Amino acid sequence: MSEVSQGEGWWQASDGKWYAPSLHPDVASGEPEPEPAPEPGVPAGVVVSPERNPASLELVGIRAGYGRIEVLHGIDLTVPAGSVFALLGPNGAGKSTLLKVAGGRMRPTAGKVLVADHETHRHGGADALARAGVCSIPEGRGIFPNLTVRENLLIWTYQGKVRLPEVEERAYARFPKLGQRRKQVAGTLSGGEQQMLAFARALVGNPRVLLLDEISMGLAPLIVAELYEVVGQLAAEGITILLVEQFIQTAVAVATRAAIVVHGRVEREGSPAEIAAEAAEHYLAGSGG
Amino acid sequence: MHEFLQFTVIGIAIGAVYAVAASGLVVTYSTTGVFNFAHGAVAMVSAFSFSEMTVTHGLPVWLALVVVIGVEAPILGVLVQLLMRRLFGASVERSLMVTLGLLLILLGAADEIWGGQSSRQPGQLYSGATSYSVLGVHLTVANLLVMIVAAGVAIFLGFFLKRTRTGVAMRAVVDDPDLLAMAGASPARIATMGWIIGVVLAAVAGILIAPLQGGNLSQTTLTLFVVNAYAAAVFGRLRNLPVTFVAALGVGLGETYIGNYLQQYEPGFTQNWLSVPSQTLPIVFLLIALLILPQDRLRAVGRAVTTRIPKVASLGQSLVGGAAVVALALLASVALGTDWQGIVRQGLIFGIVALSLVLLTGYAGQVSLCQVTFAGVGAFAMGKVTGGGSWLGVLAAVGLSAGVGMLVAWPTTRLRGLYLALFTLAVAAFADAWFFTNTNYLFDYNHSSSLLIKRLGLFGISFEGNRAEMILLAVAFALASILVLALRRGVFGRRLVGLSDSPAACATVGLNVKATKLAVFGISAGLAGLAGALYGTNQGFVGALDFQFLISLNVLLMLVIWGARSTSGALVAGLCSAVLLQKGGNLSGIILGVGVLVIGWLPNGIIGTGWPMLRELVRDRSPGEAPAPEAELVEDAGHAA
Repeated sequence: MSEVSQGEGWWQASDGKWYAPSLHPDVASGEPEPEPAPEPGVPAGVVVSPERNPASLELVGIRAGYGRIEVLHGIDLTVPAGSVFALLGPNGAGKSTLLKVAGGRMRPTAGKVLVADHETHRHGGADALARAGVCSIPEGRGIFPNLTVRENLLIWTYQGKVRLPEVEERAYARFPKLGQRRKQVAGTLSGGEQQMLAFARALVGNPRVLLLDEISMGLAPLIVAELYEVVGQLAAEGITILLVEQFIQTAVAVATRAAIVVHGRVEREGSPAEIAAEAAEHYLAGSGG
Repeated sequence: MHEFLQFTVIGIAIGAVYAVAASGLVVTYSTTGVFNFAHGAVAMVSAFSFSEMTVTHGLPVWLALVVVIGVEAPILGVLVQLLMRRLFGASVERSLMVTLGLLLILLGAADEIWGGQSSRQPGQLYSGATSYSVLGVHLTVANLLVMIVAAGVAIFLGFFLKRTRTGVAMRAVVDDPDLLAMAGASPARIATMGWIIGVVLAAVAGILIAPLQGGNLSQTTLTLFVVNAYAAAVFGRLRNLPVTFVAALGVGLGETYIGNYLQQYEPGFTQNWLSVPSQTLPIVFLLIALLILPQDRLRAVGRAVTTRIPKVASLGQSLVGGAAVVALALLASVALGTDWQGIVRQGLIFGIVALSLVLLTGYAGQVSLCQVTFAGVGAFAMGKVTGGGSWLGVLAAVGLSAGVGMLVAWPTTRLRGLYLALFTLAVAAFADAWFFTNTNYLFDYNHSSSLLIKRLGLFGISFEGNRAEMILLAVAFALASILVLALRRGVFGRRLVGLSDSPAACATVGLNVKATKLAVFGISAGLAGLAGALYGTNQGFVGALDFQFLISLNVLLMLVIWGARSTSGALVAGLCSAVLLQKGGNLSGIILGVGVLVIGWLPNGIIGTGWPMLRELVRDRSPGEAPAPEAELVEDAGHAA
C-alpha cells in the first residue's frame, strides 16, 4: 500500500484548490480506477447470507449533545429499507453524533430512533442494538489492536448467530489479505488491512442496517475503492445503509438518497446528484467550520 | 542437598499460592484496568469465612468450599463491579481510592465479625497428616493440593483467555468497550466476569495460604500477604500471565530459601540490627520488580479535567484563614474537655500530614500511600536529636524526611500513577515491618519499645501545657497551609498542576519533569516530617504502631472525601481522621470506606463541591444583592467554615 503524494493524480478544481484523486468525478464513477484483480481460487462475488431482511431506519426529533453543549437540534430523517443514504456536511455539523445516536452508542436527550418501526432505545445500548441487526462501523479503526485477526473475528461473532469458521470463511474470501495474516496481532496490520478487518464485521453479522462513519479516513484511494466496492455489494443485497463520508463524489456514487447536515439540522434532503452540487457550496462557504 | 530439595518443595507450594493470587490480580486488571488493592482483603475474608464454617461450625469441607468460592466470592465480585461501573474511564487515582476504600471496609467488617476471638485456626482443605516421600523429600498432601490447584488455574486461564469468546472479549474490553458493544457484546457483563474471576482466585488463594502460614489466622498478615502476589504481578507487568506465574514461583522459592537459610546459619539474626524478618522479603521483591520496570511513556492526559478549576485563595485570604484556625484552637482549648482536646491536637497534626498530601496528590497528582511513614521518619529524627524538645530536632526532622521523600521519589519518577502508589505502599509496608518495629537497635538505645520525645519551648515559653501545645500546633498548621497556598500560587504550583494534567505537555515545553517530581516529593515529605516531629512532642513518645500504613491510608482517603485540592479540606480531614482513630473503633474503616465509595467520585470532594454550591444557594436566596457575573470558586477561603 503506497501513499499517494500530491501531484500524483491530484487535480485542480475551478476554485483553484487542489483535491485528492478520489474526489475527482472520474474516480467516483469508477472509470479510470484499476480494479484489483481477483485472487485465483477465490470466488469474486461473495455470497453473504441470502435471506436479507432489510429494515427501515427512522430518526424522529432527535436532540443530542455532549454535556451542556447540544449538537443535534431536532433531526428528522427517514432511511427507507434497502436504500443507501449519504449524510454530507461540513466538519462539526453533527454527522458522526447522528450516527452514534442511530447506533445506540449515545442516548438522545429528546426524540426517538426507529428500526423497522420499533423504538430502539427501549432495547438497551449499542450491544443490544448490534445483536438486533444494527451494525456500526465507527470512525477510525474499529478493531482491537492487541488481539489477532482471528480473535477479532471471534468477537465479531457476538453480533449474529454465526460460528467462527463461517465468519473466517466469509471474511477471508472477501479480503484474502486477512486470511494470510490470521495469526498476526491486528495492531501491526497496515491501515487498509485494519479497516478491512473492521469492515469484515459488516459481512459476518447479517446486519439489517449498516452505519458507516467515514470509512475512507486516512486510507489510500485504492483501498477506499475496494471498501466501497463491498459497500455497493452489500447495498445490492438490500442492506439499509446510512453513511457519512467526507469525499462527496465517493459517497454520491453509491448513494440512492442524500442529505446535507449543517449546524445540527438537516438542511436539505434530495437525490444524491442534487445534494452533491449543494454540498460543495456548504463545504466551500465554510458555513460550519 | 536433601534440605535444599525440602525447601524447594515448600517454596514451590508457597509460590503456587502467590501465583493463584497474582493471576487473579492480572485478570481483573487486564479486563477492567483497575488494580485491586482489596485483593488481599478478599483473600482474608474468604479464609476467615472458610475457617468459621469448617473449624467453628464443623461443616464439611466441600460444602464450605462451595459456599465460599461458589457463592460468597462471585457475589462479592458482582458487588465490586457495580461499584466500579460508575468509575469506568475515571483516572487511575480515582479507581485506586475506591479499591483502597474497599480494603478498609473488608478489614473493618472482618474486625467487627471476627475481631473478638483472639485465636482462630485456619480451615484445612485436607486435615490428615499423610505425606509421601519422594527421594527422601517429604511431600505433604496439603502442599501437593496447592500445587495441583495452581496448575489447574494456569491451564484453565490459558485455555479460557485464548480459546473462548468470553475470554478473548475480556482481553479486549479494556482497550475499547464501545467497540465491544458495537460488536454486540455487553462490556458491563464482560467486566463483571473479570471481577468475578479475580475475586474467586483471591478467595482460593486465601483458603490455600492460611494453613501454610502456620499458627492462628491474622487479618493483617493475610491482607498483606498479597503484597507478595503484587510483586509477581508487577514482574508480569500486570498483563502477562505466564511471566506472572514464573515470577510467583520465584518469589515463593526466594522467600523460603532466604528465610530458612538465614535462620539456620545466623540463628540470632532476628536480634541483629540488619535483621530481615521474613515478611519484609516480599516487599523487597516488590521494590525490585518496580525498579526494573521499563520507563513509562509520558502520558498526554493525567486525569480528567474538571469542569471548574478551583480558584486558589490569595495571600490575604490564606492569612485570614490561618488566623481563624488559631482563633478556633484557642476557643477549643478553653471549651473542650481534656479528651477532645487531645483529639483536636492529633487532628491538627494529621491536618499537616493531609496538607502535605494536598501538595503532592491534590496539586501534582502523585499518589502516596506512605505519608505517615515520612512522618515517622521525622519523629525518629526529632527523638534522636537531644531527645526532643529542641528546634534543631524539628529542623532535622524536616530535613531527614525530605531527604527520604526524595529518595523514595527518585526511582518512581519514571513510573505511572499506579506503580507509584504500589511503590509507596511497598515502602510503607517495609518501614512497618522493619524500621519502626526494630525497636532494639534503631528506635531506642535503652531497649524500650518507645522513643521518648520532650515538648518544645520557645523564647522561654514552654509548651509543656496541653493548651499551649494546641496553640503551637494550630500555628504550625496555619503556617503550613499558608506555605502550601503560596507554593500553589507561584510558578512552582503551576508546574505541579501541569504535571498532573499532562506530563507530556510539560516535557514538550521544556519543564524538567523529574526535577519537579523530586522537589514536590521533598517538600511534601518534609511537611509530613514536621507533622511527625510534632506528633512526638505532643504524645511525649512514639512507638512502633504510631506510623502504620493503615494510618497513611486513613488520612489520604479522608482527604479525598473532603477535597484533595483544598487546605480547608486538609484541616477537616485531619480532625476527622483523629476522631475516627480515637472514637471509631472497628467501624472507622467501614465509615471511611463507605465515605470514599459514596463521595470519592466528586473530583473536588465535599468542600470543593459543596462550598461553591452553598454560595450559589445563598446568592439565589438574596435577590436584593447584585449577582456576580460569574460564580466564583474560592477553593480555600473556607478555613473557618
